[in-house]
Amino acid sequence: MDNVLKIIMQRLALGLLTLLVVSVVIFVAVNMLPGDFAQAILGQGATAESVAAIRRDLGLDQSLFTRYFDWLGGVVQGDFGTSFASANAANFSGTNSGVTTVAQQIAPRFANTMFLAAVTAVIAVPVSITLGILAALYRNSLFDRATNIFTLSSISSPEFFLAYVLILFLAVVNPIFPSLSNIYEGMAFSERLNKSMLPALVLTLVVTAHMMRMTRAAIINLLASPYIEMARLKGISPMRVIVKHALPNALAPIINVVALNLAYLITGVVVVEVVFVYPGIGQLFVDSVKLRDIPVVQACCLIFAAAYILLNLTADIMSILSNPRLRHPK
Amino acid sequence: MTETLLKMRGVQIEGRSDETWNPIINGVDLTLARGEVLGLIGESGAGKSTLGLAAMGYTRDGVRVSGGSVEFDGIDLLAASAAVKRDLLGKRIAYVAQSAAASFNPAHRLIDQHVEGPTQHNVMSRAESEADGIELYRKLRLPNPDEIGFRYPHQVSGGQLQRAMTAMAMSCRPDLIVFDEPTTALDVTTQIEVLSAIRDIVEQFGTAAIYITHDLAVVAQMADRIKVLLRGDEVETADTRTMLNAPQKEYTKSLWAVRSFERPAKPAIATGAVPAISIQNVDAAYGTTPVLHDVSFDMHAGRTVAVVGESGSGKSTTARCITGLLPPKSGQILLDGEPLPLNYKKRSKDQLRQVQMIYQMADTALNPRMSIGKIIGRPVQFYLGLTGAEKRKRVDQLLEQIELDPAEYYNRLPSELSGGQKQRVGIARALAAEPKFIICDEVTSALDQLVAEGILRLLAKLQDELSLSYMFITHDLATVRAIADEVVVMKDGRVVEQGAKHDMFKPPHHPYTDLLLSSVPEMDPDWLSNLLEQRGVDNIGDAAVDKM
Repeated sequence: MDNVLKIIMQRLALGLLTLLVVSVVIFVAVNMLPGDFAQAILGQGATAESVAAIRRDLGLDQSLFTRYFDWLGGVVQGDFGTSFASANAANFSGTNSGVTTVAQQIAPRFANTMFLAAVTAVIAVPVSITLGILAALYRNSLFDRATNIFTLSSISSPEFFLAYVLILFLAVVNPIFPSLSNIYEGMAFSERLNKSMLPALVLTLVVTAHMMRMTRAAIINLLASPYIEMARLKGISPMRVIVKHALPNALAPIINVVALNLAYLITGVVVVEVVFVYPGIGQLFVDSVKLRDIPVVQACCLIFAAAYILLNLTADIMSILSNPRLRHPK
Repeated sequence: MTETLLKMRGVQIEGRSDETWNPIINGVDLTLARGEVLGLIGESGAGKSTLGLAAMGYTRDGVRVSGGSVEFDGIDLLAASAAVKRDLLGKRIAYVAQSAAASFNPAHRLIDQHVEGPTQHNVMSRAESEADGIELYRKLRLPNPDEIGFRYPHQVSGGQLQRAMTAMAMSCRPDLIVFDEPTTALDVTTQIEVLSAIRDIVEQFGTAAIYITHDLAVVAQMADRIKVLLRGDEVETADTRTMLNAPQKEYTKSLWAVRSFERPAKPAIATGAVPAISIQNVDAAYGTTPVLHDVSFDMHAGRTVAVVGESGSGKSTTARCITGLLPPKSGQILLDGEPLPLNYKKRSKDQLRQVQMIYQMADTALNPRMSIGKIIGRPVQFYLGLTGAEKRKRVDQLLEQIELDPAEYYNRLPSELSGGQKQRVGIARALAAEPKFIICDEVTSALDQLVAEGILRLLAKLQDELSLSYMFITHDLATVRAIADEVVVMKDGRVVEQGAKHDMFKPPHHPYTDLLLSSVPEMDPDWLSNLLEQRGVDNIGDAAVDKM
């Protein structure tokens, strides 16, 4: 067990290092965006003085190096800075009350995104793994082909198209779910769930194919193994051969694909959010880029990167734990 | 008259390759009485395993039974539905595979796999089957029978796994067990433990068995009757003693004769001769785990040193040290009396050229995408700098030396060659560098006896022509007897005994050499019984415990 613990600690350390490198990349990349907040907010008629004043207020006149370490120092302490937009608005009104920190701005949006991702995952992961197992069991049958064709066509269609098709059938023709997902704080869980259902279904369609096909392939890959032949020669039923003998050995690749798709659910859902007017982090991110509201953009990027790294790390660790050689050393 | 359990008549089996069905078994009859053990013997590709599986009503993917009948205790297995066969398999007909390490599911503990048959077939409850499993482990003389089942396959040694698999096959007390080369992957000393355990338990429960193997001496110990197969046809069937003493067919006689190849002894090494390779006080380790301790021996030009020992004894590690792939921690390696740099990266091209290797698995040692001409041409160009027509001429010459026709084989890919031909190409590739010294790492252990003998004869011929020095790594003492001049016995990373071959095969021996020599199965059907009596059965159990 010490062995496993050591590997996990190594992976964690490596994950933190990756996050640090990513933070540098994010900071440099965001600062290379053409234009800056001062110009974006003041428009064409801005005088050089007013631009300079705003830049000075926001610390944009400092060197890249200084700004990076100021920012990183804050982030490490949980302070993502102050949104330029809100700071500027407060400046104009002459009060300090309207100033919101980036954290305050992101937190509710991030919670919404996580909620949607969780609802989707709860539907999509069991469905795709079950479909994958069944497709492996009845490989090359009509069922196998139908599943493949259906999941492949859903992953190949643009997300907005899937979204409108679902709206048409599940909200307009048969009004089962609301077509607008404008959830807000303090909403009851059931109501929130009901409103998130359509976007969650669209995302399920998008991520199922990948997970289902990997489950099927990973299992079929093992079916030629001697221990599968042994299980068959013991007179074990085909379903049990797959679930009990093949699946436990196929977990590592399946876990990795699941993690990759979960990360996508957190970071890649802007289109779906826009179609359903769902107040997730993706919309906030796009708006902030338009506004050159650098602290918000950076924080979003960092959250996305952390989500990817964390989920892949979890997948790594779970793959390791799924290997009996590591769980039970000699 | 004893009751017939299994009756196969005119069984024809075909395998699919390149969109056509090719015959594997051409109409073989097989009859097995209750409690009888039938040995099925032949080279690889003879269709032994296919026939053994067909006796269970099972064919692998891409294989089909195209004719004949298989009747098990009155049930027609070829016509039976999948559900009927599933009910028989595991419960009344069981299977023991060649590699227990690959045939146990790595994700589950041994006992969980053991009880699966009885519980799925509703023969016993889980608790009953678990208790029974432990009892079977005890009967098969596994060490710590109460505890060993609760381990995962990777935590148990190969010989023990093979016995645990026999226990698993016994779990429902089947009427018939098909043993598919159960000891081929094991060391000789381990093989004895497994053989005697299998034989006892089969006798005790009166189980009928089909015992598949390519090793004549092994089948002589296990079987009541022997059936010889050649390329899908039956050659002959007779009871064991008749078959061994008076084989009728030429092919059977030739199988028996293989073991007779032996090179004449060479004159003793001249005093003061400088060895081609001298290993002096070598210690080596993988990471911090020491594997070799103070290993020293010499190898002379024109002679063969056989390095023998069980797996894990340090034979291949010694070879890695000589090639410089694993630089020793201390000690030195001399080539013609001059020290070689320990790391191969620091050796000159000429020093590299002098030491070549031939590998066990010719399948994986040849690049499958390169033609034979390219494979042999590369070292010719790299070491000797020959190109164009000169290179082609040299490659043709090498192909002739290994007795393959250059015109036919130059452009072929390795996949178009048989196992023995691939190994010949491996030899030509080593010769291409014009070395002084060649390491042969278990070069014949993946080959059938007849083919292996051809390779050994070729190596002997080349040695005489080119005055090569061989280091011959093997665990097969018949090979040692055939080709070696000197023998080095290794155990746990140490040299326990070394000397000229004729001295080594004569007593007195180091106790380990003795154990190794006496463990090589002989053709005498009473050999195993006599040996066990000599050693005392309890002794074997203890030896297994020692290995834990």
